[in-house]
Amino acid sequence: MRRGIRVLALASVLAAVGVASGAVPSYPDVVPGNALNFPADEGAHPPFRTEWWYVTGWLKTAAGAPLGFQVTFFRTRPDVDAANPSAFAARELVIAHAALSDPAAPRAKHAERIARAVFGLARAAVGRTDVTLGDWQLVSSGALFATRVKADDFAFELTLRRRGPVLLNGQGGFSRKGPAETSASWYYSIPGLAVTGALTRNGRPEPVTGEAWLDHEWSSAYLDPESVGWDWLGLNLDDGGALMAFRIRDAKGQARWAGGSLRSPDGRVLILEPGEVDFVAGRTWRSPHTGIRWPVEWRVRARSLEFGLRPLLDDQESDSRLTTGAVYWEGAVTAMGPAGRLGRGYLELTGYGEPLKLR
Amino acid sequence: MSGFARARVAFTVLAAQLQDRPERLLVTIGAIALGIALSVSVTLVNASAADEFGRASRALTGSADLVIDGGRGGFDEALYPSVARRPEVTVASPVLETELALAAGGTLMVLGVDPFLAGRLEPAIYGDLASHFTGLLGARAIVLSAAAATTLNVGRGGTLRVRLGREERLLEVIDVLPSSAYPRPLGVMDLGSAQWTLLRLGRLSRLELRLAPGVDPARFGASLALPAGALIARGTDLEGRGASLRRAYYANLDMLALVALLTGGFLVFATQALSTLRRRAQFALLRALGVTRAEVTLAVVLEGALVGLAGGILGTALGWVIAREALARFGGDLGAGYAAGPGTPLAAPATTLVAFVALGVLVSALSSWLPARRVAALAPARALKGGDPEFALATSSGGRRGAGLLIAGGAIAFAPPLGGLPLAGYLSIALLLFGAVLLVPSFARLVLAHLPTRVGPIGRLALAQLQGTVAESAVSLAAIVVSFSLMVSMAIMVHSFRDSFERWLGGVLPADVYLRVAPGSDTVLLSDADGRDIAAIPGVERAELRRVLPVLLAPDRPAVALIARRLDAVSVDRLPLLERASATPADLPAVYVSEAVHDLYRVGIGSRLTLPVGGQGRAVVVAGIWRDYARSSGTILIEQGTYRAWSHDVASTDAALWLKSGASAALVGAELTRRLKLGASLELIETSDLKARSLTAFDRAFTITYLLEAIAVAIGLAGVGFAFASTALARRAEFGVLRHLGCSARQLKRLLAGEGALVGALGALYGLLVGGLLSLVLVYVVNRQSFHWSLDFVVPVGQLLLVALALVLAAATTARLAARGVLGTSAVRAAREDW
Repeated sequence: MRRGIRVLALASVLAAVGVASGAVPSYPDVVPGNALNFPADEGAHPPFRTEWWYVTGWLKTAAGAPLGFQVTFFRTRPDVDAANPSAFAARELVIAHAALSDPAAPRAKHAERIARAVFGLARAAVGRTDVTLGDWQLVSSGALFATRVKADDFAFELTLRRRGPVLLNGQGGFSRKGPAETSASWYYSIPGLAVTGALTRNGRPEPVTGEAWLDHEWSSAYLDPESVGWDWLGLNLDDGGALMAFRIRDAKGQARWAGGSLRSPDGRVLILEPGEVDFVAGRTWRSPHTGIRWPVEWRVRARSLEFGLRPLLDDQESDSRLTTGAVYWEGAVTAMGPAGRLGRGYLELTGYGEPLKLR
Repeated sequence: MSGFARARVAFTVLAAQLQDRPERLLVTIGAIALGIALSVSVTLVNASAADEFGRASRALTGSADLVIDGGRGGFDEALYPSVARRPEVTVASPVLETELALAAGGTLMVLGVDPFLAGRLEPAIYGDLASHFTGLLGARAIVLSAAAATTLNVGRGGTLRVRLGREERLLEVIDVLPSSAYPRPLGVMDLGSAQWTLLRLGRLSRLELRLAPGVDPARFGASLALPAGALIARGTDLEGRGASLRRAYYANLDMLALVALLTGGFLVFATQALSTLRRRAQFALLRALGVTRAEVTLAVVLEGALVGLAGGILGTALGWVIAREALARFGGDLGAGYAAGPGTPLAAPATTLVAFVALGVLVSALSSWLPARRVAALAPARALKGGDPEFALATSSGGRRGAGLLIAGGAIAFAPPLGGLPLAGYLSIALLLFGAVLLVPSFARLVLAHLPTRVGPIGRLALAQLQGTVAESAVSLAAIVVSFSLMVSMAIMVHSFRDSFERWLGGVLPADVYLRVAPGSDTVLLSDADGRDIAAIPGVERAELRRVLPVLLAPDRPAVALIARRLDAVSVDRLPLLERASATPADLPAVYVSEAVHDLYRVGIGSRLTLPVGGQGRAVVVAGIWRDYARSSGTILIEQGTYRAWSHDVASTDAALWLKSGASAALVGAELTRRLKLGASLELIETSDLKARSLTAFDRAFTITYLLEAIAVAIGLAGVGFAFASTALARRAEFGVLRHLGCSARQLKRLLAGEGALVGALGALYGLLVGGLLSLVLVYVVNRQSFHWSLDFVVPVGQLLLVALALVLAAATTARLAARGVLGTSAVRAAREDW
């Protein structure tokens, strides 16, 4: 799901600016019917307005301490004048965010980068997953993904090994985001990625292992104007299954749309309809940084599956206004069912501060 | 008597002295205050300009570890990815700097940046932009600094009409930076838009780099393979570029201010010397009462220090006010054109202000020290009886020391500049001046001994009086010599400059009309077709196009102006050449460099230079050195054909027009405006106008010099007045006797006026000699090292004689006025009185 709102907020401003300059690029719509084609569709789709690769997961140090991590690359195609022959024209921007949640620390660490895709210094390749922004990278090679992040106060280099097939969300990857047919995305997930690699904190590298989740989504028209934000959840279930669930909220906090995918350990996939997904907010945490009140504990229902969500750490807020103009909460969570732990994953909340039609 | 009580007695006596002569006290304080005020104002104005320039420079490139600077010509953008990929580089921010011509006339510096990269290096300017960069990506979007918004009178949401070649276009002002972000006028665009919209595709001006921790910038810089025209610079280099010229200008002003202060100090010396002499009996009495020699010295020095404190505080306050007003009215360069315009904020650190008050105290205390020591050294018994008025200046060793100083001062004038400043020149002036002061008694004796004696009784009396008190009059004479000689030297220097400048203007402007398009801009240029259009205008006999472009030859120096123009034998002959090669090597193209290039880059006739033209280093040979008063950072003339073959740049920035005889410049101008359609970017100026304007600008730049000179002389004259007032007081008994012998009051006045005139004449004569000597240092050392151009030494004989005459008259009048009070006393009382 991830960041669509911000990218869209950005794109709408770009559209407003672009009007003045003549050659306005047109963006393809997301329409159902076309089958996704792998591995080609794991690469970038430059004509679309926005696209992202979103990796979230849990890590474990040698000492057994749990950590949450996320790294996101996305590309956006701003409405700049297509006639501009300059090599520096911002025809495509690449943005990257990374975070590390340590329950022993008071708050999660964050870093972000943004660059125009010029001279190959930042790029999102077509045909396979290969996104680069300076020395940050996410690249696929056979059954493996490799990702590298270097921030000021942390860094990691991880290898993610696929253990199952791609999970197509919605109708064969066509994922509706609202009552209007036009708000939709192409969307698939790769749950259950086995993680090995090195994490560097305070200049000291240490080996880590863990389990992760990758989302890849692209669209030109994501949210309709009535929507202000969403709640999204990706869980690797302890039984080997996987659950993705989301809901889109309106200004009153009511669900405008919802959906999800539930894959059982044997590989069968259930696509969840809007009526089959409920998010009920529980305990809230008020951010001392932004003053936003975030619901950090939840009750979630996905068809017959009901469970509670508990954060690894309350302060997993990420103020990303510098690159994308949004503040969001995204963090490692544990799903607790009536009979104990169901699984672990990431929860992403947007639109709880200012309405996300920002700027 | 306890020490405390003794000190009290000493102070009571001194306080009585201070109260006794309030007007003299006030003038002495005023003299110190003036000197301090001038120093303070010059220093503050300079510091403010430097501060503003420094802030602007630091705001733009301050946090970069290294800058690859291509100057205005820039370099190919292909350099960017190769540098950005280097592992030592953490951030590489590409910048395109353009002087954008505004439709309303003038230019605006516009930086094309990638806000994401620039924002990481300079968050103060670009931080906010990066957070709402979306608007900036529009092809015509521009963000203005607060100063630019104010100057151009446009705000957020407004439009800015700019000129790109023949066309006018509108840019959209999408935001205005807070005034804290950048102090000077600036526009910021997205790099991609700037390259396209401002017609600079493929070019970058500089790369600003942040290096990984532990990378040595110098070693990394040396490891880069850079194209011609790109230089490695540090932030301090960029700051230094603008500072070097301004610094020289201010160093000159500072020197003038110090002259005023020095003269003020001399005045304190003169006053204290005479007043301690007069109070010898009182001091002797104190000594007899048990006050020690050291205590007497301390008391007199303290007296001087108090005068200095008052003068220092008054002067610092006055200087602060002057600096604030000067900045508000003229800007940081006082109208000379080296720094930003009006509105430069005043930077007045408290430490500087306190230092200047302390300087006032120090100068004044030191000036009192010699007289204090002298009076303390007198044997009390002898001093109580009167007599023996011997002065420190008049020692026989003074002459030898003076001669030694003169020789040292002369020798040091030949030293090279230090850090780009003519410090040795100033030291030489100081040494020469002190040497000359020490030689004043010898000089006075020499001249007085050779004066004719058949001049009537009053004349003889005056002469005899001066001959008898050479030591005493030497003090007042020295005050005149110090201020007058400095004034003479400045007058000769300025006159030489103006005279050379005027003749130079006649030589370098052979055409009738000069045409420039948006001077300094990168976005409006003339084509050869324009040149043909211009030549086809009725009344125009011929038009010559020129390309002026700045090229960087050293990272820490401002760009040199490279001028590509026709350079045939005739036009080379017309250049104000100072040196010329007898034959140039045929294998390399010849260039003609200005003196500044010769001085700053150490090249002479026959030297080979590498010029970055058309992306390559091109070897040329220096065939001549010429004088250019227009650009003190250097000018290089190159044949237009050579430049074009190398650069493929056929655009021009200027044109010189020769009119047919009888053609009207106004009509030609109107036709040019109509045909070229360049609006306010077209600047036409007739040669006669240009000359007049240049001279006006010259005079304005030296206005402050004239003002300071006048003040120095006024202070010197005040010194003469005090000296005469003191001696007149001391000579009441003598006047009484003369009255008894039948002298009329008028004759006495004539006597004093004669003595004054004689002292004035001695001072003027000696001042002319010393001033002439100092002016040689100013013309050949200080000026050359500050501005890198030579002057022809020309003495304004008539002007100097007039001023000398005025000085003699003023001295005579002052002497007469100073003695007015004394002459009114009754003859009997005066004769009886004993000082």
